[in-house]
Amino acid sequence: MQPAQLTTDSFAGYPPQARALVAGQLAVLRALPLVFAALLLRECREYDWRFPAEQQAIRDQFSFLASLDETSRRQLLSGFAAVRLPDSARNIDWVGQPQQFLDALTASLWSTHQIDGFRQSAKLYALAWRKAKPEQPPVIPRLTLVVFDAALQQQGYPLFRKLRPHGVFVPQVQDADGWATLVAHGKRRAQLHPLPSGHIYIDGADADPSLAGHLDTTSYEGLRSVRVQLLQRIQQILGTANSGPEQLRTTLAEITPRSLHWPSDTTGETFRRFQLDVLTEGSGTQIFSTTFVQWAAREALRRAQPVTLVLRYAPRQHSLNMNEMLSGQTQGNAPDPAGSLVDADMGAFYAWVDQQRLAGAEQSALLVWSQAHQQAMLVGPGMPRNTEAAAPLSMAQMLAQLAG
Amino acid sequence: MSNRSFPAQFRQATQQVAMDRREFLRAAGRMGAAAPLLGMMPLRAAAKAREQKVVVVTFGGGARDEETFAPDGQENIPHLIGALLPQATFFTQVVNRGILGHYVATASLATGAYETFNNFAATAPANPTVFEYYRKALHRPPTDAWVVAPSNGFNRIGESDARGYGAGLGAGVILPKHLLAAALPRAHHGAFSHLLRDNYEDPYYTPDLQGGEFELQQLDSMLKLSVEEFTQHARSLSSADELSVYVAHQLMRRHAPSLLWITLHDMDVAHSGAYSLYVEGIRRSDRLCAEIWQTIQSEPEYAGRTTMLVLPDFGRDSDFDSGGNGFQHHRTGDALSRTTWMMALGPGIRAGAVVDRPVQSTDLVPTIGAKMGFATPRAQGRVLPEVL
Repeated sequence: MQPAQLTTDSFAGYPPQARALVAGQLAVLRALPLVFAALLLRECREYDWRFPAEQQAIRDQFSFLASLDETSRRQLLSGFAAVRLPDSARNIDWVGQPQQFLDALTASLWSTHQIDGFRQSAKLYALAWRKAKPEQPPVIPRLTLVVFDAALQQQGYPLFRKLRPHGVFVPQVQDADGWATLVAHGKRRAQLHPLPSGHIYIDGADADPSLAGHLDTTSYEGLRSVRVQLLQRIQQILGTANSGPEQLRTTLAEITPRSLHWPSDTTGETFRRFQLDVLTEGSGTQIFSTTFVQWAAREALRRAQPVTLVLRYAPRQHSLNMNEMLSGQTQGNAPDPAGSLVDADMGAFYAWVDQQRLAGAEQSALLVWSQAHQQAMLVGPGMPRNTEAAAPLSMAQMLAQLAG
Repeated sequence: MSNRSFPAQFRQATQQVAMDRREFLRAAGRMGAAAPLLGMMPLRAAAKAREQKVVVVTFGGGARDEETFAPDGQENIPHLIGALLPQATFFTQVVNRGILGHYVATASLATGAYETFNNFAATAPANPTVFEYYRKALHRPPTDAWVVAPSNGFNRIGESDARGYGAGLGAGVILPKHLLAAALPRAHHGAFSHLLRDNYEDPYYTPDLQGGEFELQQLDSMLKLSVEEFTQHARSLSSADELSVYVAHQLMRRHAPSLLWITLHDMDVAHSGAYSLYVEGIRRSDRLCAEIWQTIQSEPEYAGRTTMLVLPDFGRDSDFDSGGNGFQHHRTGDALSRTTWMMALGPGIRAGAVVDRPVQSTDLVPTIGAKMGFATPRAQGRVLPEVL
C-alpha cells in the first residue's frame, strides 16, 4: 500500500485517540513519502498512551507538515523519498505494524550504506520542524536531583569529573537530614505546580513512600515481578530455534501490562506503559539497577519532559555470566558498590546532558549528592563553572543556591 | 570510497576527533608527522616478504576516544601510551564506513571490503579473507593462519564463501570460551563463569555451536595442552579476553603462525549500560596489548620480524548524539562511532610517527598483503605505505 491509498479503514486496529488523530490528518499522510509516513505512524500508533509532551509533538508535526506547500514539503522530505526499500520491508504492513517495518528498514539502511544519508535527512527535518514549532519552555525551571545511596562507595574515586567543568563542586556537605530535605523540596514543587507527568521519581532500589505518594514513581525493586516475568519470556525466546534479535524485539514489543497481569494502579496507563517500555526497550535495565535508573531518566526526560526529576542510585548486582543474569536467578549475588558508584557518576552526567536537550535548558538546574562521600555538584544558571564551594553546605543551602 | 564523498558535517567531526588525538600526541612531545618522512624510512628488514609475520589485535568491541586517547581517557590506556606509542606509527583517523556490528565489522576488517550480512547470523564473509589470500598465494599450510576470537558469533570469520577461495583455504578459528566449556564438566562451569561470560547482546543473538569434540581436538593437536593443564591455567585468569591471549600465546609457541588475528571483546559489556565494566574492559585490553607485544619480542620465531597492528573495530556513540545513549551502544552511525585509530609497530615502521590523513578500516587487508607479499584483489581499501 502507498500512502496515497490510505483511508480511515486503514487504521481500524489503532486505539481510539490515535484513530481519531490520523483520521483528521489523512490528507497530510497521503502526501508523505512512505518511509516518513511509517515513522510518523509509529508515534501515532501509541498516541493514547503517550505523555502530554509527546502528544503535543505529534500534533505539532502534523500542523507543520500541513502548513508546507507541496514544493517545500517535497524538498524537505526528499531524503526520505529517495530511500531504497528492501524486499524484507515491502511485505510488512507498515500501517498496522510500523515498528516492524522500521526495524527491517533500519537493517537495510545499514547494509546498503544509506544510513548516513538517512540520518542527515532526519536531522534536516527535525531542525525545520522545531524552527517552525519551537518547544515551549517549562512553567518553572527544570530541576533534576540525583542521589547516590550511602552504599555506593569507592576509596579515592574522584566524583563528578565530567560535571565539574559545568558548575560548583561541593567538597563537604554537612547535613544529617539531607534526604529528608530533598524529599520535602520535591514534594513542594509537585504540590505548587501540579502537572500531568511533570514530577517523576526513579529509584534504583525500593521507592521511599514519603516521596512516592507525591511524584509519578517507578523503582527497580517495585518492578521485580515484572522484571522476572520479562526475563522468563526472554528465556523462552532464547530456547526456541529461531531466537534472533528480530524475534526477541517483536515479542518484547507485543508485551502489554495486561499480558503480564500487571494490575492498574494510581499512576495511570501512560506511566505504566512507560515503565514497561523502560524494561522492554532498554538494554541492561532488567539486570542492573544502575542501568535501570539511567535509562529510565533518559526516557523520562526525552518523553515526559518533567520539571522535577528525582533519581536515586542504589547498588547493582555484581556482573556475572550474562546467561546467569538473564535467568533471573541471581538473588544471592552480592552487590558491587564500587562499580555502582562509577555507573551512577556517569548516569548523573547523562541526566544533565539529557536535560540540556530540552526547552529552557539555560534555566535548568542539577544537583548530584553522594551520601557516602558527603560531596555534591551543583549545575545551573547561577552556578559559576569549574569552581569549588569554599565552605560546607547543607542540602537546604544547596537547593536555595540552585533556585537563585 | 574516497573521503571526498563523506558528508561535510561528518568529515568535520572526524577531523575534530583526529585533531584532539594529534594535539595530545604532540603534547606528549614524542611524535612527528609521518608523511614528510616517508622518503627517509629506514631500510626494511632484510628478511624476504614471505618470512614476515603479522599479528592483528582488534581492540574491541567498540572503544570510544573519551575512554582511550582523549585527555580523560588516557588513564585507561597506560600501556598503549607509555610502552607502545613511542614505538609505533599512529593513524589518527581510521574511518569505518560499514555496518557497526562486531562480527560483520570484524569480518570487514578481515576481508578489506564492507560486508553486508546479518551481524547476528553465523554467516561466512562474502569476500575472501586475508587468511585465504595469504594461504592461497603463498601456498601456506593451515597451521600458518589463525584467528582467536572470544565470541561464539565469530566462528565463521576464518573463511569466506567467495568463489575461488573458501573451503580449506582459510584460517583456523579458536573460540577459547568454547574450548574451556568443552574441557569442563558442566557442573564446573560456575567456577569459571567470569571466563565464559558473554557480552549483553551475545546470549540473545549468537547461535550455540554444537558439541565439544572439535574443541578438545584443538586442545590436544593444536595447542598441545592437556585438559588439566588448560583448565588449571584458566583458573588464574580473570576474563574471556585474558583466556584469548593465553590461547594465542600457546599458538605462537607451538605453531608460530605467520598471520595471527586476535579479537578482544570484553569491553562490549558496555551494552549492559554499566560504565564501570566497560572501562574495566578497556584497561584490560590495554594491558593485554602490551603483553602480546612483549610475547612477540620474546618468542624467537617472532622477534624482529613481526608487525603488530592494533585497532578498534569501531567506536561507540557520542555522549551528545540524541539518537544514542552515549557509551552504551554503537547504533547512531555518528562520526565518533565510525572514527577510530590504528597503531602499527614492527621492523621498518617508523617509531613515534603520526599519520593525520583519514584512512579506512578496509585499508588494513591490502596493507597486510603488501607487507607479506600477496595480492588482495577483491579488497576495497588501499595500501598504507607508512606500514610497509
